[in-house]
Amino acid sequence: MLKRLGYHAIPPEDEALRAPLRALLAEHMAGRPADLRARSWMGHDAELSRKLGRAGYIGLTFPKRYGGGGRSAFARFVVVEELLAVGAPVAAHWIADRQSGPLLLNFGTEAQKERYLPGIARGVTYFCIGMSEPDSGSDLASIRTRAGRTADGWRLDGQKIWTTGAQHADFMIALARTGEAGEGKGGRHEGLSQLIVDLRAPGVTVRPIPDLAGDEHFCEVFFDGVRLAPDALVGTEGAGWAQVTAELAFERSGPERIYSSVVLLDAWIGHLARNGADAEATRLVGALTAELTALRMASLAVTALLAAGEKPATEASLVKDLGTSFEQDVPARIGDYLAAHPDEPVEEELLRTLFYLSAVVPSFSLRGGTREILRGIIARGLGLR
Amino acid sequence: MDPLFLDMFGRVLDDALPAEVTRAIGDGAPFDESWAAVAASGFLDALLPEAAGGAGLGMPFGLFFRLGEQAAALPVAETMVARALLHAGGVAAPDGPVALADLTNGRFLPYGAVARHLLVDTGGVLQLLPMAAVDARRVAGAGSTAAQLVGPGGAPVAELARPVDGLLPVVAVLYAAQMAGAVQRVLEMTVAYAGTRRQFGKPIGRQQAVQQNLAVMAEEAMLAAIAAQVGCAGDSLRIGREAAAVAKTVAGRAAGRVAALAHAVFGAIGISAEHALQLYTRRLRQWAFAAGGAGYWSGVLGADRLAQGAGLLSVDYVRRVAGGPAA
Repeated sequence: MLKRLGYHAIPPEDEALRAPLRALLAEHMAGRPADLRARSWMGHDAELSRKLGRAGYIGLTFPKRYGGGGRSAFARFVVVEELLAVGAPVAAHWIADRQSGPLLLNFGTEAQKERYLPGIARGVTYFCIGMSEPDSGSDLASIRTRAGRTADGWRLDGQKIWTTGAQHADFMIALARTGEAGEGKGGRHEGLSQLIVDLRAPGVTVRPIPDLAGDEHFCEVFFDGVRLAPDALVGTEGAGWAQVTAELAFERSGPERIYSSVVLLDAWIGHLARNGADAEATRLVGALTAELTALRMASLAVTALLAAGEKPATEASLVKDLGTSFEQDVPARIGDYLAAHPDEPVEEELLRTLFYLSAVVPSFSLRGGTREILRGIIARGLGLR
Repeated sequence: MDPLFLDMFGRVLDDALPAEVTRAIGDGAPFDESWAAVAASGFLDALLPEAAGGAGLGMPFGLFFRLGEQAAALPVAETMVARALLHAGGVAAPDGPVALADLTNGRFLPYGAVARHLLVDTGGVLQLLPMAAVDARRVAGAGSTAAQLVGPGGAPVAELARPVDGLLPVVAVLYAAQMAGAVQRVLEMTVAYAGTRRQFGKPIGRQQAVQQNLAVMAEEAMLAAIAAQVGCAGDSLRIGREAAAVAKTVAGRAAGRVAALAHAVFGAIGISAEHALQLYTRRLRQWAFAAGGAGYWSGVLGADRLAQGAGLLSVDYVRRVAGGPAA
């Protein structure tokens, strides 16, 4: 059975990070409408990332010798919460901060850490993640992108797709087949490796794919005989599957997965303040607020496990599945409410926010592992697999 | 909570209130011996200050959760709270189970038919009444220990000051914590059953469709426990209405979803009187219904949230409700 999650408070020294960060964001984001803020970690703003890096809010959990903050997971929780609370456009540095940086810290060589981590922490070096391919989504082990050893390093050929932020990123950490799959159960997880690809290298083509909201955040990336230096390999050759699994556990364990619709919730509360709230509206505000409170405490409990040096992969999957369900519920229920009150004028900004989120929320339970995959991980944690 | 203390409590419950006793009490059998065993353990006074022979606990999430895992047939949690309130008010606690009621709400008493006394919040004071003096009617039905308060009671045997926010948040939270325990127990029973029940040549727990439902149950169980802990936070019986609202709303949702999914996995045998599942799902539904349901408490929380104004971020509001430093 799973570990019971407990009630945790954030240490005061980490709470102290809030006020100065809030002031920085208030200045940078003044006048930004709710529908833009709702894009939050889809919004690319290198200027903000540089400001955050200068002020020490990126790479908080990295050791100081790599330009990080040397702080705990609680400090990172506070910063992420503040950024998402107001819908700050954090996409530029987001993946490097939450996934690639921790991956390099765990599996990278000393030289790789020294080379990449300081730039990530300064908010100037951006990463994307090369996992999905045209025929490989949830079945990640079926990827066909190949990296082969050459006399002077590696040669990479193949294609990635749905790669978020590739058009803005400096580097990709790509999962590629470097050896043959093994025999038997789990054998297909063998022969995979992670490699750092400089996206400006010859042979790399990045093509953004417009999304249903009119934005461009994910991309196709083609590798045509891309030459990589010998030190492009991250971690151990052939151990890519275990490394990717660990990386996705970081992805699932932060408070990122409960707050994606909170800008809409606050915009709707603003609407109710102007138009009045009937009993139905009041109950809906309360129900959503109750769920959000419990989700936050659950996310904080996972953070406490991380801070204690544990690897709460299953618990993180529980919180992520619940969190993304909540994020998807918010526009559905607020939309229902507004549609049930057709005589109540709805501000155009609120409508734009509602329709933007309604369109993109299906992606919340796709990115970083689908709902069905997460529930499979939970079932394994329950001893059913 | 000290695990040894909790283990000891678990052993007391296993001895005094096992499933067969729960069934017998539901059928109207006398329970004096069982109650005497619980009382003799001293746990009924766990919430009293240490100087008065208690353990000085506030709202003991761990003990209430364990009571939920037992689907206890008697109001042990209510009596613990009542005895602490009576002690604080300088009133000697009566023997026997005590039910809690708030006259302004929640007149459905899950243990009204087995309580000897009622501690009632009139809106101005708390009154202790013998159950015999109260106009309450048993709610008939299989396994029912419930009663409905029909009208105001007779003469109280004692009066004392009510908690600042009244009795209702306290009662809501103790049911929320018990729901969290019962939901966890139902999850464990269901996972075990899915591992042994075979259909189509393999355990049903190997079917992905069943695994997905069990994963949802695990999620709800986790969230119910954390929400109940939000309600139990702090070291006194002074429970804020907002924290109680989080606990009761979220645990109540979990109770409904987990009961429904568990019955779906167990199939027909779960509907039989003989199977233990019904002992839990009955309690889950009654605890969700009593002391204000999810709709009532959502209204309470929503009204407070809206009263704070649209200038306050939701993130700051939930931090405040969950007991973090004020925004």
